Amino acid sequence: MTALIEIDALTVTYRAKGQEVQAVQGVSLSVAKGESYGLVGESGSGKSTILRAICGLAPVSGGTIRIAGQPVRRGRDFARQVQMVFQDPYASLHPRHTIDRTLSEPLAIHGIGGADQKVPAALEAVGLPAAFRFRFPHQLSGGQRQRVAIARALMLEPPILLLDEPTSALDASVQAEVLNLLNRLRAERGLTFLMVSHDLAVVDHMCDRLLVMQHGRAVEELARDDLAAARMKTDYARSLFEASADRLMGA
Amino acid sequence: MTLLSVKNLRVSFATETGVVQAVRGVSFTLGRERLGIVGESGSGKTMTGRAVLRLIRPPGRIEADEMTFDGQDLLHASDSQMRALRGRRIAMVMQDPKYSLNPVMTVGQQLTEGLRMRDRLGRAEAEARAIKALEAVQIRDPARVMKAWPHELSGGMGQRVMIAMMLIPEPDLLIADEPTSALDVTVQAEVLSILDGLVRDRGMGLIFISHDLRLVARFCDRVLVMYKGRVVEELAAGDLMAAQHPYTRGLLNCLPRIGGPRQPLPALDRTGDWAE
Repeated sequence: MTALIEIDALTVTYRAKGQEVQAVQGVSLSVAKGESYGLVGESGSGKSTILRAICGLAPVSGGTIRIAGQPVRRGRDFARQVQMVFQDPYASLHPRHTIDRTLSEPLAIHGIGGADQKVPAALEAVGLPAAFRFRFPHQLSGGQRQRVAIARALMLEPPILLLDEPTSALDASVQAEVLNLLNRLRAERGLTFLMVSHDLAVVDHMCDRLLVMQHGRAVEELARDDLAAARMKTDYARSLFEASADRLMGA
Repeated sequence: MTLLSVKNLRVSFATETGVVQAVRGVSFTLGRERLGIVGESGSGKTMTGRAVLRLIRPPGRIEADEMTFDGQDLLHASDSQMRALRGRRIAMVMQDPKYSLNPVMTVGQQLTEGLRMRDRLGRAEAEARAIKALEAVQIRDPARVMKAWPHELSGGMGQRVMIAMMLIPEPDLLIADEPTSALDVTVQAEVLSILDGLVRDRGMGLIFISHDLRLVARFCDRVLVMYKGRVVEELAAGDLMAAQHPYTRGLLNCLPRIGGPRQPLPALDRTGDWAE
């Protein structure tokens, strides 16, 4: 298998009030085509920053990011390769654009026709009725909005989806529906996922491999089987594992 | 000993499209124990908590056959009687520190405001008490946090500041509305152990509102499961895994677990008499 996403010694440095903060420090990882890879850690561990760096939303100060063997060059081609689903469906959709406008905008930018067929098809693919096309985000529930955000990310049919805590703002029952939807889409379309979550159980359910992060550094990479069997080498990964709610329930 | 007794509580809102019943006949009693209220968003769990403090504004209406706290009738208490109860005897930790802390007051000002106005303490004494409260919720460097503005705090710190603020007057009953849902699992465990210590050491009653069934089951003594404004099941936390109600079972099963099967997660089945 060839690596689709290769990140080598990535460093992200923010400057605020004359102080430098290294949000990500020398993190390397590679994700194979069709794989689902998880980034786990507490808030401030730099996991979301990695996704943002891939999209050009964070100031990369060192290291390289390669997609399909090529250094990333942001622009339209990049948008067709990589799309992101953000954490908060209440904040990530334009409040004054209809769902139709939100979904057809990427097509318009890329000069792709047939929005009239593609928008209803995209809604259907994420399990929303076609009538939602002319609604506004405030008329939808959180789970429905996140489905729209996923549909938007898939409009250009990118092979890679970056998922930044896609279900942490949702109820458990709605989370289950959205996770199922993501897994179904991945299976149907052969998508590659790079997913960030603070919930180890969600990452375990969704991902083949995962990287535990702390304070901007990679702590430990684990395969799914190693996680389930508690075969972690570092204390931090173990403490995260033990703090996960369902572990303590002994369920 | 019963601290709080609620019988047939109903909360309704008159809207343009008719009356919406947010809480439809909830009854429970609470001693000096930890009671969990679980449900999805819109299940009425927050409204139940707010109704106890009569913190529901018109057009919202609170009705109940009985609602008493420590022998006092909460339904017919005057506004000034309610004010005397709020904060001092019954406190509530609101859900989101981002929206519940005053953005234009420093943490120190917010923590000492009650002490200075209500308890008429001097500045130095109020600050000392506030710093102690921050220490009690395990905030490192409380003197610095006292001077910080809410936007400078992380979610976990903000949440702990709110808990500290509510605990300063040493209430007999704490209503905590999703006090840990904005927190990382490791911080979550810390905040829970702080709350746990308070229940144990001070004999405080706690109503713990959450959408996280497993967390509640681990932390509380008893659990009420709410759906659409009704209590569908009440059980001892230890018996949760043996819950009979299809909704409770559905909530339990739809959570992924580490090392669980890779099949699609079961969706909640919302059919049945209870789902009206």
